[in-house]
Amino acid sequence: MPIKSYLVHPHSGRKKELIKALSVIDQCQIVPAENKELIVLVTDTETGKEEENLKEKLEAIESLKLLAMVSGFNTP
Amino acid sequence: MYTSLSNRRSFIKKMAMLSAMTAAASMFPGILFADEQEKGIPDNVNLNWKKGPCRFCGVGCGILVGTENGKAVAVKGDPNCSVNKGLLCVKGYHQIMCIQSKDRLTHALVKKNGRYVQTPLDEALDIVANKMKETIASHGKDSVAMYTSGQSTIPEGYVASKLMKGAIGTNNLDCNARLCMASAVAGFLTSFGADEPMGCYEDIDHADYFVTWGNNMAEMHPVLFSRMLEQKSLRGAKIIDFATRTTRSSTASDKSILFEPQTDLAVANAICYEIIKNGWVNKSFVEKHCSFSKGLTNMGYGLEDKYKFKDKPEKIDFEAYKEFLKDYSPEKVSKYSKVSVKDIKYLASIYGNPNNKVVSYWCMGMNQHTRGTWMNNLVYNIHLLTGKISQPGNGPFSLTGQPSACGTAREVGTFTHKLPKGVVMNKKHRELAAKIWKVPVERIPSKPTYHATEMFRAVDRGDIKFIWTQATNPLVSLPKTGRYRPAMEKKSCFVVVSDVFPTPTSDVADVILPAAWHIEKSGLYGNSERRTQHWNKMVEAPGEATADAWMFIEVAKRMGYGDLFPYSKENHVEEIYNEYRQFHEGAKHGMAPLEVLKKESGAIWPYVNGKSTQWRFNAKYDPACSNDEAFHFYGKPDGKAVIWQRPFEEAPEKPDQEYPFWLNTGRVVEHWHTGSMTRRIPVLHQAMPNAYVEFHPDDAKKLGIRNGENIKVSSRRGSCVLPASINERGLPTKGQVFVPFFDENMLINDVTLDAFCPISKEPDYKKCAVKVQKV
Repeated sequence: MPIKSYLVHPHSGRKKELIKALSVIDQCQIVPAENKELIVLVTDTETGKEEENLKEKLEAIESLKLLAMVSGFNTP
Repeated sequence: MYTSLSNRRSFIKKMAMLSAMTAAASMFPGILFADEQEKGIPDNVNLNWKKGPCRFCGVGCGILVGTENGKAVAVKGDPNCSVNKGLLCVKGYHQIMCIQSKDRLTHALVKKNGRYVQTPLDEALDIVANKMKETIASHGKDSVAMYTSGQSTIPEGYVASKLMKGAIGTNNLDCNARLCMASAVAGFLTSFGADEPMGCYEDIDHADYFVTWGNNMAEMHPVLFSRMLEQKSLRGAKIIDFATRTTRSSTASDKSILFEPQTDLAVANAICYEIIKNGWVNKSFVEKHCSFSKGLTNMGYGLEDKYKFKDKPEKIDFEAYKEFLKDYSPEKVSKYSKVSVKDIKYLASIYGNPNNKVVSYWCMGMNQHTRGTWMNNLVYNIHLLTGKISQPGNGPFSLTGQPSACGTAREVGTFTHKLPKGVVMNKKHRELAAKIWKVPVERIPSKPTYHATEMFRAVDRGDIKFIWTQATNPLVSLPKTGRYRPAMEKKSCFVVVSDVFPTPTSDVADVILPAAWHIEKSGLYGNSERRTQHWNKMVEAPGEATADAWMFIEVAKRMGYGDLFPYSKENHVEEIYNEYRQFHEGAKHGMAPLEVLKKESGAIWPYVNGKSTQWRFNAKYDPACSNDEAFHFYGKPDGKAVIWQRPFEEAPEKPDQEYPFWLNTGRVVEHWHTGSMTRRIPVLHQAMPNAYVEFHPDDAKKLGIRNGENIKVSSRRGSCVLPASINERGLPTKGQVFVPFFDENMLINDVTLDAFCPISKEPDYKKCAVKVQKV
């Protein structure tokens, strides 16, 4: 049951689009930076399989340039 | 207290969010997350904000600690501190959370019949003093030893030195900075005759290129790295990462160049070869300000007890040096360094272009190296040949790992060979110390005794019969701890440990003394850029926890040296600092008066005529220059810096058929050193709860290893079981594994090798041979 946090970098000029795309994914909680092209993302999934599916979904977002993991751990 | 799973999950999510925000704050200066970032910090209406330096790492960020009703409740970056300009890293933000840890050492503990018994501090200090006296009476003064820390404050280091060298009369004093900075010290002394960097952090605002040598600054010095990223973004400054492992620093850099472990020596020489070959030498600078020398080679690696080495420098000329470099053409070096000819030439061109301003940064990669002193010399060679030194934006810069590795270990001198000014081998330096300390000069021995590794070997041999450690955790941090843990458990040695928390080192102590944490006492630190920083006590320490300096003084008094330690409990920090300042009077190392340090967020020495000296050896900035030239390397008698002929030599242990992987060890952004403090900070512990062993994905695939599987990492000395990590935090090169050393439950230093640089005596934690097996 992993919880992970990431720094999410959008492609140039596509931050709003990326916020919209992340906001509709159930397992994602985001806090966009006010003044930089960066979004903080926390993901919360129940199983390893769900985690893998989520990763695929994130990788498919076109406005997403780079996903840098900051912390990650399993929890009961 | 019961915590429901949903609450716990929500708590962890908040911590994960906060970790990401603080990491973002380090990477992107000035980043704002609206009011989310401020959540959790109490309403500051009633907070009393007090200034001080951060407790973790050698950058020396200024912090403001918010106190309320006698408790520290919040931390923020000090916007008035030029070091960090209000920024902090994830450790800095959360630092005060550890002091309320439930297992805090609040009272002295004395082992009686195999069990620790809470004992009044006065009684415990009587036991320590009596045991020290008895040991000296029975076995001589060199049977007692003290092992201190780069986390000790300047006054603490000073009274430790005065007690051991001035009062007792033994040089059995060394510190954990031996494990991290000794090669930098030896490098500075051999090249310039004066320790510590010539430049300062303001170099970041001027440099066009930052070359990081084996240095993961994004995790180890995140605030400085964020300042570099800011310059990258504002001015197009470039960051070149030269390392043996792909890290967060590599991915944030403009270019990442990977090399085979130990071959940095050869690549540095190849850069010098190219600089000369292409006519990029700054001839007038070299002719006026540099000399050339060579030293002994094939020095060994210190693997045997009582190993001794003394270099024999010999003057050479430029032509001889040029001839020596013929073995280091990019084509030849590329074959064994695994760095392409193109990349070696690229690195050389960065330094060689007279229009580029270049700063080189390094820390443990170059220092924890069996040829660490040489490696430091070689980077200085590059800067000296091109004249890129001692100017804004141009210079070599050795970063430190601990908050006062410079201020205490190096400047006060808590190494066996050091005095507050100079070295024990020098008669004039001993005379100055004897005069200020008011002791007979004959009492200060003229020969150094044990450096860190040899000190613990002496404990194992039974030569040292009493050892007192403070603010350090050697049974996690020493190399080859498998030898030194049983050594410290032997009945032949009485062990005293002063610390804030229980550690694997305090587990073997006969007496444990409860130490105050840094904001629970007044003190001074000295950071990597020669900045001395003062703070006043902010909160009371719990129970009988006491400042280390005061515990030293109390023991000194009990041993009959009270007249040498006439300080008052209330003002001892001020009294000791004012006494210590006398050692450094003058333009070359003058320290700022305490009144200045109380007002400002530190001052850089030499502090002359009310002003910090930001760039030493440059007559434009440094009043100590006196040769009527633009530069004066006054640390050397002839006023010239030394370009050293230092060859490439192999590591003492390399991967082979039986042990086919290199082992590299290091740190992670969440934890500081052995984790005794940061693992007690919930947000940091949860973010990085345990150590791991990193693999290159190709190696993992070949061995059938998957993420999280338990792996036994073994060397000829010991083994350690850790979960595998593939494509997560870092990416080692093929044939290499990486393990962080913060986790006392996964002691990777049972596996490492206690080989060291023969000149600096600093161990190499970055290279030994291991095998890996699924468990």
